[in-house]
Amino acid sequence: MSSNSNLTTMKRTVEQLKLEASVDRIKVSQAAADLQQYCLQNASKDALLVGVPAASNPFREPRSCALL
Amino acid sequence: MCDQTFLAITFGPCDNCSQNKPLMNIYLKNEPINYCSLCVELMACQGLAKGETIHTLKAESETLKGKLEEERAKLHDVELHQVAEKIEALGQFVMKTRRTLKGHGNKVLCMDWCRDKRRIVSSSQDGKVIVWDAYTTNKEHAVTMPCTWVMACAYAPSGCAVACGGLDNKCSVYPLSLDKNENLAAKKKSVAMHTNYLSSCSFTNSDMQILTSSGDGTCALWDVESGQLLQSFHGHSADVLSLNLAPSETGNTFVSGGCDKKANVWDMRSGQNVQSFETHESDINSVKYYPSGDAFATGSDDATCRLYDLRADREVAIYSKESIIFGASSVDFSLSGRLLFAGYNDYTINVWDVLKGTRVAILFGHENRVSTVRVSPDGTAFCSGSWDNTLRIWA
Repeated sequence: MSSNSNLTTMKRTVEQLKLEASVDRIKVSQAAADLQQYCLQNASKDALLVGVPAASNPFREPRSCALL
Repeated sequence: MCDQTFLAITFGPCDNCSQNKPLMNIYLKNEPINYCSLCVELMACQGLAKGETIHTLKAESETLKGKLEEERAKLHDVELHQVAEKIEALGQFVMKTRRTLKGHGNKVLCMDWCRDKRRIVSSSQDGKVIVWDAYTTNKEHAVTMPCTWVMACAYAPSGCAVACGGLDNKCSVYPLSLDKNENLAAKKKSVAMHTNYLSSCSFTNSDMQILTSSGDGTCALWDVESGQLLQSFHGHSADVLSLNLAPSETGNTFVSGGCDKKANVWDMRSGQNVQSFETHESDINSVKYYPSGDAFATGSDDATCRLYDLRADREVAIYSKESIIFGASSVDFSLSGRLLFAGYNDYTINVWDVLKGTRVAILFGHENRVSTVRVSPDGTAFCSGSWDNTLRIWA
């Protein structure tokens, strides 16, 4: 019984590997360029990246600046 | 057209392996049988083709693994940080704790933002699940779970319910009522049942389905209303610690990471493991999709965070430093995906430039391990939860 289940598990592993090997892949240069493009396109909307004026960020209370 | 066959659920001993698990009632040659989801999957692989023995299968699996590595290596023509050399470096970051949420009696284990960008649900080792208003730091609801170590919590997309679970091996959904005096625990709905602790849970795009991951090595998709097991995901060989759904535009997949050092990408409808990545050297504590859905980041006990691209089918960046020796417990991206926030067991949060691979800031403030880090839905702030019993909002 246990050898049967080992066999089944092994067969399952082989089927899984066949599936993974057949995936369509693109070059890293292409993938990296796309990731970079996404970042740059959305950079202006990213408040944590560019910072928004204190008034429009609900977590930063607008304070009057005391310049020393 | 959605073609889901609803199977009546029961939870009990499987006719095949005799273990107590959620069962699927199926018919074999017109005879009804109760098999657990793993046995149903294994049934498809039973029976050997001509000439197959355990040795031929082993040899075949080794050659396939070799072929996979070869195919992946062929396309590795450049590194991400090389492509990113031409873009401007990021300036100095000023990120401070803007709010501290105090109220948990013990370690904060998990948190989630509501889509309204101001409410937060957090869960703790003491069994309490609290819903906070992050702007005012007021507690809006509190539920006491019947178990300690509530390791997972999630806010429903509608904002009307929260799901949580942990050592009770279940995921329960609590509808939130506007009446402050209402006893939330009375309305509790048990949805998921695993055979080991619940490590992570997430609603899909609606309040109707929940995806869970568990210490029993599986992930599962459940229907909230009936508690039925809709789909089960087998493939990890150890506890699954974290899962994350792909951003809605990119379809029905999710990624999971576990103690077997693997990060697996799954198709939610078929239950198929479509891609698998195994380059970490220790448990993967956290997985998070890149905002475009084409990549995902992981945080691990090997003190590194890594970025895997799905279309290139390989790891494309490692975020590590010799001085960082403690594991990363939780990761999240900023809105544009340029920044990666990672919480570590050395009490700090490191902010990484995703494209260049460099660290841009270290945030100090917590007095114990950072267990969870999440960026708000509109990207204006992020929240961190820690074993020091507090949550901090940074902006």
